Amino acid sequence: MDVGIVIQQTLNALTIGAMYALIALGYTMVYGIIELINFAHGDVFMVGSFVTLWLLTTIGVQGAVNDPVQLVILLIVMFAFVMIVMGLVGVLIERVAYRPLRNAPRLAPLITAIGVSFILQNLIQATYSTANFNIPQVINTDARVSFTPPSFNLAGVAVTSSKVDATAIHIFIIVLALALIVGLQLFVRRTRLGRAMRSTAIDREAAQLMGVDINTTIALTFFIGSALAGAAGVAWSLNYGLTKFDIGFQAGLKSFTAAVLGGIGNTTGAALGGFLIAFIEVFSSQLGYSRWSEAIVFSILVLVLVFRPTGILGQQLAERA
Amino acid sequence: MNPLRALLFWRPGSYLRQGVATLRLRSRPVTAPTGRFFGAHQSLSVIVGMAIVTALLPFIVLLPPFSGFNNQTSFVDGFSQAGVWVLLAVGLNVVVGLAGLLDLGYAAFFAIGAYTYAYGSSPFSHNAIPFWPMLLVGAAVAAIFGLLLGAPTLRLRGDYLAIVTLGFGEIVPVVFNNSDTYTNGTNGITALGQPTVPFYTAQGFDLTSPFGSLSFGFGNPVPYYITVAAIIAITMCLLYRLQDSRIGRAWMAVREDELAAASMGINTVTTKLLAFAIGASTSGLAGVYLSSKLAIVSPSQFGFTVSFTVLAMVVLGGMGNIWGVAAGAFVIYEIQSQGLKQLNVFFQGVNLPALHLGFVNIDLATINFLDYQYLLYGLALVGMMLLRPEGLFPSRRRRAELHDVDDAGAANQEIVQA
Amino acid sequence: MSDQTAPPVLRTVALTKAFGGLVAVRSVDFEVRQGSITSLIGPNGAGKTTLFNIIAGLYEPTSGQVEFLGQRVIASPERGWLEPILWILPAFLAWGLTYLAAAAGGGTQEIQILILMGLGLLITTLITAVIRPAWYTRLLVRLGIFKSARPNDMVIAGIGRTFQNIRLFANMSALENVLVGMHGKLKASPLDAVLRTRQQVREEAASADEARRLLRYVGLTGRDDELARNLPYGGQRRLEIARALATKPKLLLLDEPTAGMNPSETASMMALFGRIRTELSLPILLIEHDMRVVMGVSDSITVLDHGEKIAEGTPAEVRANSRVIEAYLGKGAV
Repeated sequence: MDVGIVIQQTLNALTIGAMYALIALGYTMVYGIIELINFAHGDVFMVGSFVTLWLLTTIGVQGAVNDPVQLVILLIVMFAFVMIVMGLVGVLIERVAYRPLRNAPRLAPLITAIGVSFILQNLIQATYSTANFNIPQVINTDARVSFTPPSFNLAGVAVTSSKVDATAIHIFIIVLALALIVGLQLFVRRTRLGRAMRSTAIDREAAQLMGVDINTTIALTFFIGSALAGAAGVAWSLNYGLTKFDIGFQAGLKSFTAAVLGGIGNTTGAALGGFLIAFIEVFSSQLGYSRWSEAIVFSILVLVLVFRPTGILGQQLAERA
Repeated sequence: MNPLRALLFWRPGSYLRQGVATLRLRSRPVTAPTGRFFGAHQSLSVIVGMAIVTALLPFIVLLPPFSGFNNQTSFVDGFSQAGVWVLLAVGLNVVVGLAGLLDLGYAAFFAIGAYTYAYGSSPFSHNAIPFWPMLLVGAAVAAIFGLLLGAPTLRLRGDYLAIVTLGFGEIVPVVFNNSDTYTNGTNGITALGQPTVPFYTAQGFDLTSPFGSLSFGFGNPVPYYITVAAIIAITMCLLYRLQDSRIGRAWMAVREDELAAASMGINTVTTKLLAFAIGASTSGLAGVYLSSKLAIVSPSQFGFTVSFTVLAMVVLGGMGNIWGVAAGAFVIYEIQSQGLKQLNVFFQGVNLPALHLGFVNIDLATINFLDYQYLLYGLALVGMMLLRPEGLFPSRRRRAELHDVDDAGAANQEIVQA
Repeated sequence: MSDQTAPPVLRTVALTKAFGGLVAVRSVDFEVRQGSITSLIGPNGAGKTTLFNIIAGLYEPTSGQVEFLGQRVIASPERGWLEPILWILPAFLAWGLTYLAAAAGGGTQEIQILILMGLGLLITTLITAVIRPAWYTRLLVRLGIFKSARPNDMVIAGIGRTFQNIRLFANMSALENVLVGMHGKLKASPLDAVLRTRQQVREEAASADEARRLLRYVGLTGRDDELARNLPYGGQRRLEIARALATKPKLLLLDEPTAGMNPSETASMMALFGRIRTELSLPILLIEHDMRVVMGVSDSITVLDHGEKIAEGTPAEVRANSRVIEAYLGKGAV
């Protein structure tokens, strides 16, 4: 038991959790509004990281940007661009692949979603190949605060303490994600459009009869969800500095588990779930089970769906005839 | 009669006689049910059909243009591979097409069948059980796992069922990959035993050796081809019989309206579990066959792409229609293995100029269509769902079901928006 | 025309069902007698369909019980905690015994095998618990563990039902719908189906004939192979009844069977009910809003309001009951 390692891994978990939370929000919002598991959502995240790569290559950024003003401007440009592009991609997918099937039997949009997922993966694979791609990490990886927590004695057991590196990247991603999550909550609760989204999620026909434009509302939901996934993609590039065509599948499944764990349809739950899943993943890796982390996360998914399908923050639905 | 009692008091002779008797043309019941949807498929027609197809295919490939693509031996070997996919598709059809349970982790049972055979017959496991009994053992083990993995999903709705099965489909290969002591981990298990010709030993025909000891070997694709065709024919017969019986109706009823089905006396738990078990056992058969043909089994063979491809074959072929799904699987496999290569050859030969669209260059001569295989699957799936959701070779019921529903749905939309 | 001396076919005792804070059915005692048509009426929201659904096995009551043919079939679960112990105990016992036996023999390979065996036994027990075969349920009853019957158990026990908003198998033909109703009573197993034994073939042919006969009986002729969703509304209602009859019930539950029908259709449905009662000796429990049907066909009427039984008796008695009038028309009407 090492205090330093615990704190370090906690930071890592919060960072990864931030990304999972952003992706999970997209899953939960889309499921809440049209009861569809958007299989392609994880790949939207992946494409987001590739768009970041493209953007940085086109602008000509090759490494860390040290001038704070330039860095801030660059970050704003990166996030704004990628989020808008991915938002539009999400709207396009919804318009072409999901909207025509809104009244079809449940199997059809599910299969279509899988098809879209493969299309996205394959397009990137064809354009970029299956290799790992390095992305310039614009926030200097050396910018960090290092400290060593004091070691101490707990009931006679010596607790060691190693160095903790709290990097700027960690802090930036965590803060940004929290800002986006809070921003989303405010939007959904306080604005007219947010109200439209919530009412459509509760009862689509009633909302329609009250004058809510369903098509625009659903498109908006996809835009926001995909934009958040795009933001996660940028965060991924900042944090890891590389990407590959298949990161969407894994990250997507884990984020979906997070959404289910927190309570599908519940945005707070999705954020909470994202952080929880990241903690489980990071600490099981720490304990030496990294090869099993995938299996552990999926087992959690199965257990949650079997024993408490409404998730941690979900509402218990009475069994209706 | 209770199946357990049937197994315990099994009188092989009587079942064998009855089984053979049903193959006769005259086996239709005296007051035969008539009607479009209730015609009982004749097992004989399935067997004869498969025999004809199996016999003709190797000769069709001798004709142009197929003769230009490849030689007969490679084609026949490819047909054996296609046969594996046909088996998988026909099995998944039971789960997805008949019972309506979207199983996205089907490759897990494929893996279980393959590894069961590896346990039965490899230097790694110090066993050498012949192929033919291992077929049944593999199917049985896979069926048991079908029950185990299906049980937690029983109360889940469509989307969640899909995700959970997807999760299982991921967990199983990971377990195989990480358990080095039991499964030799990432390296897989090699040098699996080959199938043997029944009643044949090195000395020739020998009645005392029912499983034989003359191995198929690696050079000749024909015995493998015939074996898989026989397995497919028998499996399709059995599945048609199930489809036309009480359990087939129960599957359809559960797919239509689970609550109403339960309210009519159908035990939805056993019905769904049976669908899983039968689907899994078919996949297990395919696993045993393929692992014996390749003589190797490794966790990387059983990823999500396998499950996805089989699902694509079922959906594109025509969910619910056994022949349709088989044909769809065969067609898709051949397109994937031969067709895409031929597209490469074609465009290289034709030498079209490259297209320049903004910053994207499309040069058809240099594109390797094989890389785009999953893109094409994805596009095909999306296109199919939008335009022809019942698949290429749908059953009449399915086409009626999907097209009229679409019209009604569209009409409802108009009414609400008016 | 109902049999007053025979024990009631169905009896509810202080049946209560609450959904969270909302009490839908409050301490209802009522019975259905052999050979009678009993109607359940009341204003909307009175709890009639909830009561129906409890009897049909869809809901578990909060308290109280339902007795069918003298047997308690539905009540809140008792001693449910004992069941998981039942799963684990035999597995551990068997595992422990084998471990002791192997330990006497020695060797560590045995331990791995034993762990696997124990796991296998545990898993088998769990699968049995999921499938719940008859001997398992009987064992539970003998141990005093009581679980409410699920819908398919109620059907096998002898209750057939129709639904308020028609729940036919829309994409199956009329004949197939009725055949599904017969599912619980057919004997052929999947193994028989796969082998097409003589018994199975005979049974299929006989059940097809029987299904056709039932369709004829409810008045659907010449439409055997039509998809259920293409039938006219009246035909669909009749098909639902044919399907319920196919379950060979001892009590028929009909939920608003004449809803949306014109007077002539309603009259022919009433005639059908009468024939079912007399020709098939089948008691019927009916939810209805159409008072002509209720008054015209019932032997006994039970009135619910806000989840409570407020009146019970013959049509004449109920018609004159002031509480009933008040429930339907308000205080001023009395």
